[in-house]
Amino acid sequence: MRLIFIALLLISSAGQAADCLLRGTGDLGIIIERAAGSLKVVDTTHRKELFRVKGLGDLSHASAVYSRDARYAYIFGRDGGLSKVDLLCGRLVKRVVQGGNSIGGAISQDGRLIAVSNYEPGGVKLFSAETLDLVADIPATQTPKGKGAKTVGLVDAPGQRFVFGLYDTHEIWVLDMSNPQAPQLTRFKDAGLQPYDGLITPDGRYYIAGLFGEDGLTLLDLWHLEKGPTRILSHYGKGKQQLPVYKMPHLEGWAVAGDQTFLPAIGHHEVLVVNRNSWQATGRIPVYGQPVFAIARPDGRQVWVNFAFPHNDTIQVIDTETLKVIKTLKPGKGALHMEFSPRGEEVWISIRDQDLVKIFDTATLKQIGSLPADKPSGIFFTARAHKTGL
Amino acid sequence: MVGAALALFTLAGIADSAVARKTEILHLLKHDCGSCHGMTLQGGLGPSLRPERLRLFSEAQLAIVILHGRPGTPMPPWKPFLTEQEALWLAGLLKKGIEP
Ligand code: HEC
Repeated sequence: MRLIFIALLLISSAGQAADCLLRGTGDLGIIIERAAGSLKVVDTTHRKELFRVKGLGDLSHASAVYSRDARYAYIFGRDGGLSKVDLLCGRLVKRVVQGGNSIGGAISQDGRLIAVSNYEPGGVKLFSAETLDLVADIPATQTPKGKGAKTVGLVDAPGQRFVFGLYDTHEIWVLDMSNPQAPQLTRFKDAGLQPYDGLITPDGRYYIAGLFGEDGLTLLDLWHLEKGPTRILSHYGKGKQQLPVYKMPHLEGWAVAGDQTFLPAIGHHEVLVVNRNSWQATGRIPVYGQPVFAIARPDGRQVWVNFAFPHNDTIQVIDTETLKVIKTLKPGKGALHMEFSPRGEEVWISIRDQDLVKIFDTATLKQIGSLPADKPSGIFFTARAHKTGL
Repeated sequence: MVGAALALFTLAGIADSAVARKTEILHLLKHDCGSCHGMTLQGGLGPSLRPERLRLFSEAQLAIVILHGRPGTPMPPWKPFLTEQEALWLAGLLKKGIEP
């Protein structure tokens, strides 16, 4: 009897192991299905789906980061859910609802901490990457209405730090988690009106916050915190009527090519070209609508741009040498997100209203494949696991 | 709602296009309003649009915010995309409570 029992146990655990894949994860990725609260695990080499993982809650504004072994994805959902998904087994490992309304997250330099930024109640919470147990809670400054300010633009930075903005109180905070028991906060007040998103340069040195409330951006040199934040590109939209913004731009994904960087201009149909030594605008490229993402192909030769409603059926490709739009693609309504393969020969674009992810060859600029997905939004490949700020 | 639209329009063609337009607006509510207010309207960069929170506003007031936006905040004017009737209809749905 006992023997049979043990044999059964062996069979069932063997069965479980067989569900998991024995392979590397370097060419895997996830596609967020925003309406269904699910995601797809995909193999980018064979352009096929491996698993579908459900039960991730409200993913209307989801983002994801990867563990440093690139086996686990951490997904931050709108409903405050933080989910840990095992790519090799196609399984939700753990899910905690950590706050009322979250907007994004980051993983620490050493991969041990997950930070989540929240709108309501505003603040940042830190969790063990392994267990998702709460490690620290950093509430935001109270607004006059008695609520914590919305925290935005959270990124990881070298030195086991995190950097983020406070939308309602116009601050930027640097959180040092070198000692998880004693978080160290550096607060910068008057850091620019209504920061709505932020990015960090790939070397981890500069944090840049986009501002909704004023023309320009805020720059913080993380090598020299004593200098504090400075304004750059003030009045870049001067003399021009700012248009209503139907979708807030995203600053994630630093588009850099040589000395030039490319940023979506808020409230204008333009991509800004900025010199990254002087932080001066050296050009503006007229585009089809208000840019949401401006993302460089990994080799820096092209920048791909998508647009806010009502122009979100279009993608434009900019040649970074001539600073001209070389291609206007019409992949379909709801072209929400783009992700390049690690070395840039392909880009995957989610087309929400067609329930498709379309794959383009970045040399010929032609579609070479597609994958079905239910109202796809964010696409995240595991190459992000080893990049600061992603 | 669909029933009311069908009753109002005797010409099947008009009824169809009215229904199609409503579907379009609900899609807009879920995905485009949702990008700031949350797809389930629980709030995001913009506040929650659940009925509990909107009690103090009349339908007409909400329709005005929807059509003209709130200058100085990220709430944009939707007048280029919605008629006054459509904004009122949307305001009514929000006040009643809708799971888009
Ligand atoms: C780009 C972001 C954005 C989008 C898109 C957006 N809103 Fe808003 N909305 C806001 C913000 C921010 C506020 C709060 C403004 C303030 O501070 O008074 C707001 C306020 C409102 C209010 C007033 C509620 C209140 O409590 O003050 C209504 C109603 C509303 N939005 C409806 C809509 C509808 C309907 C849509 C889609 C057709 C939409 N919004 C799309 C950002 C947005």
